[in-house]
Amino acid sequence: MSAPVRVREPGPRRAIPGTGALRQTGQLMTLAATTVRDTFRRPFQMRELIEQFWFVASVTILPAALVSIPFGAVIALQVGSLTQQLGAQSFTGGASVLAVIQQASPLIVALLIAGAGGSAICADLGSRKIREELDAMEVMGVSPVQRLIVPRVLATMLVALLLNGLVSVVGTAGGYFFNVIVQHGTPGAYLSSFSSLAQLPDLYISEIKAVVFGFIAGIVAAYRGLHPKGGPKGVGDAVNQSVVITFLLLFVVNVVLTAIYLQLVPQKGA
Amino acid sequence: MGIEVIVEGLTKSFGKQTVWQDVTLTLPPGEVSVMLGPSGTGKTVFLKSVIGLLKPERGRVLVNGVDMVNGPERDIYQTRKLFGLMFQDGALFGSMNLFDNIAFPLREHTRKKESEIRRIVMERMDMVGLVGSEGKLPGEISGGMRKRAGLARALVLDPQIILCDEPDSGLDPVRTSYISQLLIDLNAQIDATMLIVTHNLDIAATVPDNMGMLFRRELVAFGPRELLLTSDVPVVRQFLSGRREGPIGMAEEKDEATLALEQLTDGATVPLAPPAVAPQLEPSPGMPPRQAVQRRKARVLAMWDQLPAAARTAVQAGLAPVQGEPA
Repeated sequence: MSAPVRVREPGPRRAIPGTGALRQTGQLMTLAATTVRDTFRRPFQMRELIEQFWFVASVTILPAALVSIPFGAVIALQVGSLTQQLGAQSFTGGASVLAVIQQASPLIVALLIAGAGGSAICADLGSRKIREELDAMEVMGVSPVQRLIVPRVLATMLVALLLNGLVSVVGTAGGYFFNVIVQHGTPGAYLSSFSSLAQLPDLYISEIKAVVFGFIAGIVAAYRGLHPKGGPKGVGDAVNQSVVITFLLLFVVNVVLTAIYLQLVPQKGA
Repeated sequence: MGIEVIVEGLTKSFGKQTVWQDVTLTLPPGEVSVMLGPSGTGKTVFLKSVIGLLKPERGRVLVNGVDMVNGPERDIYQTRKLFGLMFQDGALFGSMNLFDNIAFPLREHTRKKESEIRRIVMERMDMVGLVGSEGKLPGEISGGMRKRAGLARALVLDPQIILCDEPDSGLDPVRTSYISQLLIDLNAQIDATMLIVTHNLDIAATVPDNMGMLFRRELVAFGPRELLLTSDVPVVRQFLSGRREGPIGMAEEKDEATLALEQLTDGATVPLAPPAVAPQLEPSPGMPPRQAVQRRKARVLAMWDQLPAAARTAVQAGLAPVQGEPA
């Protein structure tokens, strides 16, 4: 009974400023890795996935469509007036569709998923955590990551992927409507400029971005939900933080993805 | 037969505050043990450390050869299937009704048919007196019912180690006695190792084979029930008699000055007579005899030399009626 006991000296707390942030980042990454790993572990929680998918979709579809119409319109109006000043009106369609598909659509989708779906996921997990439900689950030998978080993250990714298609279509249609009806652009020029500036990889990067953003939104919501500080107030704070952190991450990751895409894929007409 | 739980040199702290340090004890297989301690001495933290939910800084907890503190995650998850933990407020899943809550471990870990699941769940619900409430949500029932449902859920997988976090809190005295009897009957039926965390004196006096007490960040004592029930260690004596005089204060503990003052004013406090040891609960009629009784007898007799005289007398008194002759 005298096996060596691992002794870990409790180090001084808060030794170096900034280590707290590093630790949080590390835990977030660990959760992301665990989630990816547990995705391939049986049994797969199909039922939970469908329920979560339906939930996230139902809270995001309508707002996403409603947001994307004016957004497409704003871009069409802005680009339209700019191209008018430059005398390149025939490219209005191509330019606005690029802006909508590559940038606006994945971001709108991600913001809505983080704001509507992610906050609900975070609040749900957080309240389960403080009611000890997650502990109870672990005690019964069921991993909360595999049972609850994997289906939620997959649901946010899937919804992001599909919703991105919807938002792209609605945004483009809105742009078309405003350009043709309000700005009196020519329908033919608007449509034909699509193929002169836009290309299929633009759609691919749009969907890739949407899936990555969906993943980030899901993981951040789950991470904050799993670590609420204290009681019910802590859950509220966690929800707040999860939305803010997701937004920050989204815009940074968007810059990185866009830069990589523009470097890797030759742009049409360049 | 239940599984032995070996705790070695366990130390847990939250930040700078040490909850308890260097706790070493062994829960003998199949026996019922109770961990006592004033509120806030880390009894629940101890329970959660045994099952690996909290990770103490030092020491280890061995169950079936698996270290629940620093062992591989996969082994810990496997070993947890041997446990049944009854949480303080039940920790039921708020979105499921009682039936689904209790069926949850069966559905997750076994491939039983739905009819089989139904049979087992109804049997357990009958055991804790919840028949007829299977369709209710946890939010719709009283705290006592949630507790009993939590116990039923802890029992469906026929655990070999049962941990109960304050089975009495929120229950009336009658239901508390029922729970005490239920725990003893359970032990007779499935011979599981049990650890009950409580500060209920009735449970402490009548249910366990072994008792331990946490106070001032340490395990004050752990041993056969007679050892603690007859103990003259001031803190154990004060706790088991429920009096104000002694080292336990309203805040977690009295400081030296208060103690000195108390000595001064109540200098003439009569020392308490050694309390009579209440007989342990027997399984209900119709239940099989508890196999742990014979094992415990052999164990206690083996440590006879280390027991103080008062404890020996109590052990003898306890053995005599069953045995027919003094040990």
